[in-house]
Amino acid sequence: MNWHRAWAVTRTDLQQLAKSRDYWLPMGLLAGLFFVVVPVVALNVIASAQGSDAIEQIGTVLQSLPISIQNNIQGDSPEVRAAFAIAVYLLAPIAIIVPLTIAAAVGSNTIVGERERGTGEFLAHSPITERELYAGKLLAALIPGYASTLVGFGVYSVLVNLIVGPKLGGWFFPTAGWWVLILWVVPPFIAIALSLIVRISARVQSAAAAQQAASLVSLPVIVVSYAVASGLIYDPLRSGLATGALAWLTAYILVITGAKSLRRETLLGIGIGAGKRVAVPRIQEGIAGPAKG
Amino acid sequence: MAKGMSEPAIKFQGVFRAFGDVMAVRDLDLEIRTGSVAVLLGPNGAGKTTTIRLSTGALAADSGQISVLGLDPRVDAGKIRQLSGVVPPKPAFYERLSGRANLQFAAKLWELESDRAIEESAQRFGISGSLDSDVGGYSTGMRTRLALARAVLHDPAVLFLDEPTAGLDPESARAVLALITELAGKGRTVVMCTHLLHEAEGIADQVVMMSEGHAWVAGPPDHLVNEYWDDRRVHLDAENREALAVVKEFEGVVASETNGFVTVELDDLNKLPALVQRLVTQGVRLTRVEPVQPTLEQLYFEMQRHHRGEEATS
Repeated sequence: MNWHRAWAVTRTDLQQLAKSRDYWLPMGLLAGLFFVVVPVVALNVIASAQGSDAIEQIGTVLQSLPISIQNNIQGDSPEVRAAFAIAVYLLAPIAIIVPLTIAAAVGSNTIVGERERGTGEFLAHSPITERELYAGKLLAALIPGYASTLVGFGVYSVLVNLIVGPKLGGWFFPTAGWWVLILWVVPPFIAIALSLIVRISARVQSAAAAQQAASLVSLPVIVVSYAVASGLIYDPLRSGLATGALAWLTAYILVITGAKSLRRETLLGIGIGAGKRVAVPRIQEGIAGPAKG
Repeated sequence: MAKGMSEPAIKFQGVFRAFGDVMAVRDLDLEIRTGSVAVLLGPNGAGKTTTIRLSTGALAADSGQISVLGLDPRVDAGKIRQLSGVVPPKPAFYERLSGRANLQFAAKLWELESDRAIEESAQRFGISGSLDSDVGGYSTGMRTRLALARAVLHDPAVLFLDEPTAGLDPESARAVLALITELAGKGRTVVMCTHLLHEAEGIADQVVMMSEGHAWVAGPPDHLVNEYWDDRRVHLDAENREALAVVKEFEGVVASETNGFVTVELDDLNKLPALVQRLVTQGVRLTRVEPVQPTLEQLYFEMQRHHRGEEATS
């Protein structure tokens, strides 16, 4: 495995991405919506609302949580307690949804994009191995996905502290659960989704088909990770580390098998969606072929 | 290079490759000498591109043996690709990146350390001035020049050119042919696929006629001429052209035609020395005695005619 070559693939893909306004503009808007607009609106409304039905309902929900969790919710008034709960618990899954969506959009186009552009032919004749290519493509999708997590997480932390922090007597975010989520759980979940999406990208006939299939793959991963993220925030140390470890193991297995499954011929558009190849009788050794028999 | 110069650079023995129920390469035998320019001729679908793909290991053969630079693509495809350069029929690039970024990417894949090769290669093909522009704005000619620059960046031992001049302006086409001549002069092996016969004219050390995935004729052009070209016409010219008029009365001359110089057709080309001697003794000061040589195109169709005749009788 030559990491220089793999990184060359990653770098080239990222350079193209940086120049693709039609990609990063909608993705930036998506991240902005989830990390900025929704939290700002929700937290401002909750923190400033006094005695409304919504606050009462959130208060009821909070009272149904285990005592240990209820004890972690900070704030003197129902409004502040509700704002704290939303900031820390209810919006946690966005940390998964946004990067997965961004990574899936990049990942689905990786291999099939090379084929559609015709650069697959160049890669097929180049010294890069299938594993290096797979690794490079995986990183090229993982980096923007995870970078969006880190940037979004940073922005979200600042906003939450600015809106809710003053009512709690200072900055309180990120909590331990969020650190575990961002640093330990999110990366393997992105890798799991991408390992599957890059495989799909190598096997479908068009970028459009890859995107459709990527949605199908990323949706269950989002659902699972949503549940994991929610539970993890409630109980970060007990379930977080174990869940993360399991996710890393799964990601490792999927990435290794994914790298092995990539065939060079797919870069040339051969053997894609055409069913099994009907080969001539295979001769084990020597020169003879069927016509010479 | 893995083996000595006596080894053929590329050798196919009984190679088969099918796509579905289409046989792309069928019992292909091929031998291309190291340091030669081989031209694979044939119509679309003849198996030329598949032959290139099999050579670099981009495709695996279903059966048969392939050796490139003494290496087996099933085992050492990476080494073969490290030593090869390929110009595909429609060179593709990362359109949103500059020519330089595209070449830098290739340089990284071939593990070239410095940018010097990029500068030299770009200069060689006259694209230095536009190297920092996005490839999306390149003309067809510039794209081909960039593809050539990319293919020779690492100074490959074998260069495969697949229809390299298709759709090119004359200047760019000339650059391609000049590259081939230059590389051959440096002892590199060049394999060019084309169906444009005039391109192969004068540069081919070896011609391989392919059809339906099979190489049915191969050899140096002069050998093929001897084998397949049965033209007994000779061009004659002299300082005193009017004296050539007597030639039509000579024994063995079947026909003659005057078009400034004289073209005579003999019933047997072996009678040419005697004819020349007789002309000289009659005071004709000859300046040209040249048996008619076919163009590659004429040779191609003649060989094709032979091939079909053989197929019909077998």
